[in-house]
Amino acid sequence: MASEKGVMLLDFWVSPFGQRARIALAEKGVEYEYKEENLRDKSELLLKSNPIHKKIPVLIHDGKPICESLIIVQYIDETWSDKAPLLPSDPYQRAQARFWADFVDKKVFECGGKLWKLKGEEQEAAKKEMIEILQILEAQLGDKKYFGGDIFGFVDVAFVPFTSWFYSYETCANFSVEEVAPKIVQWAKRCMERESVEKTLPDPKRVYEFVCYLKKRFGIE
Amino acid sequence: MAGSGNSEVKLLGAWASPYVARARIALNLKEVQYEFLEEQFGTKSELLLKSNPIYKKIPVLIHDDKPICESLIIVQYIDEVWVSSGPALMPADAYDRALHRFWAVYIDDKFVPSLFGMMRAPTEEAKAESKEQALASLQLLEEAFGKISKGKPFFGGDTIGYLDVALGAFVGWMKAFEEMNGFKLLDDAKTPLLCAWAENFCNNEVVGAVIPETAKLVELAKVMQARFKSAPPAN
Repeated sequence: MASEKGVMLLDFWVSPFGQRARIALAEKGVEYEYKEENLRDKSELLLKSNPIHKKIPVLIHDGKPICESLIIVQYIDETWSDKAPLLPSDPYQRAQARFWADFVDKKVFECGGKLWKLKGEEQEAAKKEMIEILQILEAQLGDKKYFGGDIFGFVDVAFVPFTSWFYSYETCANFSVEEVAPKIVQWAKRCMERESVEKTLPDPKRVYEFVCYLKKRFGIE
Repeated sequence: MAGSGNSEVKLLGAWASPYVARARIALNLKEVQYEFLEEQFGTKSELLLKSNPIYKKIPVLIHDDKPICESLIIVQYIDEVWVSSGPALMPADAYDRALHRFWAVYIDDKFVPSLFGMMRAPTEEAKAESKEQALASLQLLEEAFGKISKGKPFFGGDTIGYLDVALGAFVGWMKAFEEMNGFKLLDDAKTPLLCAWAENFCNNEVVGAVIPETAKLVELAKVMQARFKSAPPAN
């Protein structure tokens, strides 16, 4: 298999997981080719590059595929290590960063999905869960500029894509992120001042349109 | 602050937990002196609840009073702190690291649930499904081993690495399930590379000390199965 030199990202515009990779690449100033996948008709390249999960994002570097968004972000951080370090150098701080990025992975997306998929009591339960998750993250952020302290880091990259879903969560489940986790909202605004984030994250209203489209497709409401 | 002689290392765990085994194997490979604080089955100590308030689960590594949670994160931490003690667990090359991490996540997300799914399955049908998934996962891991090991005895090459620890910690439970269910998970015909790997892994001195005896795990599994069947699932 001839390995093509360069960096390619197989992705889907609204995916928060893909956005993690895009933000990391932008922070590092890496030039890459972006390929939008049609998830209802996946390309040969995607199926060949991620045969196990058949999911985006997939980063292809000099012909070699890397899968799973947080693994991709670590790979980007380690490969383009001369600029914008995402993981701290201290092992304990690194362990904390990995823990909280993993927490975001385990909790936010799935709970967020419940907010627009479910109704009634089940949705209420999911809303309570999401509020708890946001407040735990807010406690972790504290008064720091970023989760990484002064440095925009691994946990920031892991979590910030979900901020463009806040509007959808709020609208579907009837609550306000600003009310329950004001520091998170301030943090999100600070992140949006970074070019990498501002250029990557979609307009929350577009995300909401996508959620409405999904609801129709799955026959919800 | 890496590797200072007087640093205090504690591990909150339980003898039968394969996740705890990952941490113990890594500590042993790095020749770290540590105090093993055994949690009692069915209860959670104050120290555990304080050290891991988010998940309240073992293992928790406590290094100079600072807790580190989640077994795979603990293993990476151990590798990074005691860096001058023994060979590195993580590969040197960034791409190889990504592969080790990918398959470790796969083990946690796909293989382990199917493995323990066989024990928890409420019906024969569900049990058969878990068994199919477990076998399919091992087939994929067999292929991965072929590519990653490049003819050497371990995923880490000549020495035990991160992915060896991630999967190897479950060998005790795999043997227990084989005995309880009367079929082979690791099969000379279907997964010859992993069979050889498992033997090499268990023959390692520091590993052998950590993996529990099959008979004891079988006994524990029977107790746990009775609990699952008699009461609604506790946490």
